Amino acid sequence: MLPKLFFGLLITIAAAVALLLIVVVVGGILAGLLAPFIGSVPISYNFRSIRARWTSTIVAILGIAGTVGVFVAMLSLARGFKATLVASGSPSNALVMRAGSSSEMMGGITLDSIKVLQDAPGVARDASAAPILTQDVVGVIPVPLISTGSDANVQVRGVSPNVLQVRTFAKIAEGRMFQPGLNELVVGKNAANSYVGLKVGNKIDFAGGHWQVVGMFDAGGSAFDSEIWCDSRVLAQVLKRPENIFQSATVHLASPASFQQFKDAVISDPRMNVDVWREIDYYNKQSTTMTRLITVLGGFVAAIMAIGAIFGALNTMYSAVAERGREIATMRALGFSASNVILSFLFEALVISFTAGLIGCIAVLPLNGLTTNTMNWQTFSNLAFAFKITFDLLVMGVLFALVMGVLGGLLPAIRAAIQPVAVALREL
Amino acid sequence: MKFVRIIWANLLRKKVRLLLTIGSFAVALFLFAFLGVVRDAFSRDNLASANRLIIINRTSIINPIPLSYRDKILRISGVTGITHNNWFGGTYIEEKNFFPQFVIDPENQRQVIPEFKVPDDQWSAFVKDREGAIVGARTMERFHWKIGQRIPIKQPMLGSWEFNIDGVYHGTRPGDDETQFWFQWDYFEERVPESFKGRVGWYVLQVDNPDNAPRIAKAIDAEFANSPFETKTETESAFAASWVKQFGNIKFLIVTIGSVVFFTLLLVTGNTMAISVRERTNELAVLKAIGFSDRKVLGFVLGEALAIAVIGGGLGLLLALALIPLLNRLLAGLVPVLFLSPGILLFGFVTALFVGLISGFLPGLGAMHLRVVNALRRV
Repeated sequence: MLPKLFFGLLITIAAAVALLLIVVVVGGILAGLLAPFIGSVPISYNFRSIRARWTSTIVAILGIAGTVGVFVAMLSLARGFKATLVASGSPSNALVMRAGSSSEMMGGITLDSIKVLQDAPGVARDASAAPILTQDVVGVIPVPLISTGSDANVQVRGVSPNVLQVRTFAKIAEGRMFQPGLNELVVGKNAANSYVGLKVGNKIDFAGGHWQVVGMFDAGGSAFDSEIWCDSRVLAQVLKRPENIFQSATVHLASPASFQQFKDAVISDPRMNVDVWREIDYYNKQSTTMTRLITVLGGFVAAIMAIGAIFGALNTMYSAVAERGREIATMRALGFSASNVILSFLFEALVISFTAGLIGCIAVLPLNGLTTNTMNWQTFSNLAFAFKITFDLLVMGVLFALVMGVLGGLLPAIRAAIQPVAVALREL
Repeated sequence: MKFVRIIWANLLRKKVRLLLTIGSFAVALFLFAFLGVVRDAFSRDNLASANRLIIINRTSIINPIPLSYRDKILRISGVTGITHNNWFGGTYIEEKNFFPQFVIDPENQRQVIPEFKVPDDQWSAFVKDREGAIVGARTMERFHWKIGQRIPIKQPMLGSWEFNIDGVYHGTRPGDDETQFWFQWDYFEERVPESFKGRVGWYVLQVDNPDNAPRIAKAIDAEFANSPFETKTETESAFAASWVKQFGNIKFLIVTIGSVVFFTLLLVTGNTMAISVRERTNELAVLKAIGFSDRKVLGFVLGEALAIAVIGGGLGLLLALALIPLLNRLLAGLVPVLFLSPGILLFGFVTALFVGLISGFLPGLGAMHLRVVNALRRV
């Protein structure tokens, strides 16, 4: 009981403080940015003093820029991971797995069920009126990574020969497609670049079979780019999987809108014990654990760093105010009001933090598109994904810098304004 | 020692600045410790035992090996113990409640993996209870389970199962994985369809001498070469390391962030020290005029910087010591065990001292070379 009360109280206080902070921060940023347009704020003085005290300014800028850089980099990593898995789905594809399976690895669909799917309404058909669908056998095999030299699990997917009609976003970029019935592989773009020996023309051995790499495909930056594809019947044989059992089936729909019709028909069929997912939703769900991990850890690190950066900014601005006691007193004596002085210091803090925000963003920009590997927990296989720095992340970074600027500049600005003029001038 | 007072008085001259500088130090060291802990959590391959081997299917870890291999493996000289495990892959109520469930061989598990401790009475209750389970302390705490409770677990292919919690295991080394859920091999075999029977996910092997491990691994793989189920035998540490490497460049990422933090911290404190020395030019000149040596003046400035570093760094590390167990509980199920090792604490403290020294050194050098005449002229 007592701890609950305590936590309740804590949360209430935290909420009140947060609200107050938001009001102060938003008000501060608006007021500071509008300062140049308010009659008699001595803006040119601030610019000149920034220049005169450039060492302290640079230190404050680097402190904030470092924080913004880490913040944007972490978010872009989470964004990139999500984007890779979300890009792996097409809205006009439906993924069918055994009911209750959380990932393809656990699936198991019989050939009879596949026949039901082929006749279901809403399935797209090719020129010869054959249904467009791929039944997949999924496994993982260990292949050494080029970067570390140690084995990582690569997802190997046995597919139907017409898979490119189902996954229309995938194109053969080099070489050719595998021939049905042969031990031939096509490798994804990222797999070819990440693993030893997955180049077109090479031979590799796995699962007791000899395989010829005959082509490389580009699946548009999706998770499939980290995979190896081959004929599903051949793969099932080599992996000693039971014949005519597949992990999943992916159906190309006549249009994205026919999903519901297809799903209803399949689910209500008494012969079927399957789940039907829109392909996008399935991959989106796979990304949640990792995205959450990166966001939580990254957010935590950025928040702690922000506190440090605010301390740094506070220190710089306090020192600036302390060093400039006489100048401020002189301004006040000349007739600038207290609010003018507050606004001018706030403006100075914002100029510094804005510059820092820009520098931080520019510094991490080269990360955009950089590819890295990690584990996809749902499939136990290795997945390549890229940092993805988007415009809105950059805007968030700069806003974050401005917030730090206001928090670091407001108190020193107020101190500057309330210093007694006479005392400060007497020191002259 | 007699100069402690002057350093102390100088420290307290600007209280706000002192607090802020100590604060930045504390924040930076806390972050330093946190990043170190996360890095450790994602690269924990040092807990593996040197005299254990792991046998998996050569094709991949998700392919099974026959249980019939067990006796053949035991016949190889140097093998002193063997236990077989399986991955269950079930879900407790919701998918996000992930924790690993292992089907274990109760006869040999405790002998081969002795570092996971279960009280004897709980273990014997487990062995007698076909539907029994032993659960790691961290998972028990996460779901507020009690011994004696009955737990439903759903497996997509194998249906709904129920287990009685008969005992709790604790790791004996810091950082041990206390999230696993173990249940009996017999119960598993009894309920699964024919195609799952007699299939093992992996074997854990105990060998008499770590030096023999490579020879034994080779002998095992040779024994089953060209069979329908070829094996791959590795030392436990090699096995763990290959898992860890698959996390990707987390180490690189953390080292990069750590360096940014370190660099920023150095700048902020260095700047603060520089400002406070600059403000005090006159006083330092007076000190030198009345006979304090150059070295002593440098010592005052350095002493001040070091004091800030020690207090701030110490606070940050204390904060980490207090908060990391809490974070560990909050992030259960998302990250591996977070554990603050003495090594990180020591490294953090040394780093703080180093930053303190560097940040005091440049301004201190300036103060040392101060020409008294020039400085006093400004008074």
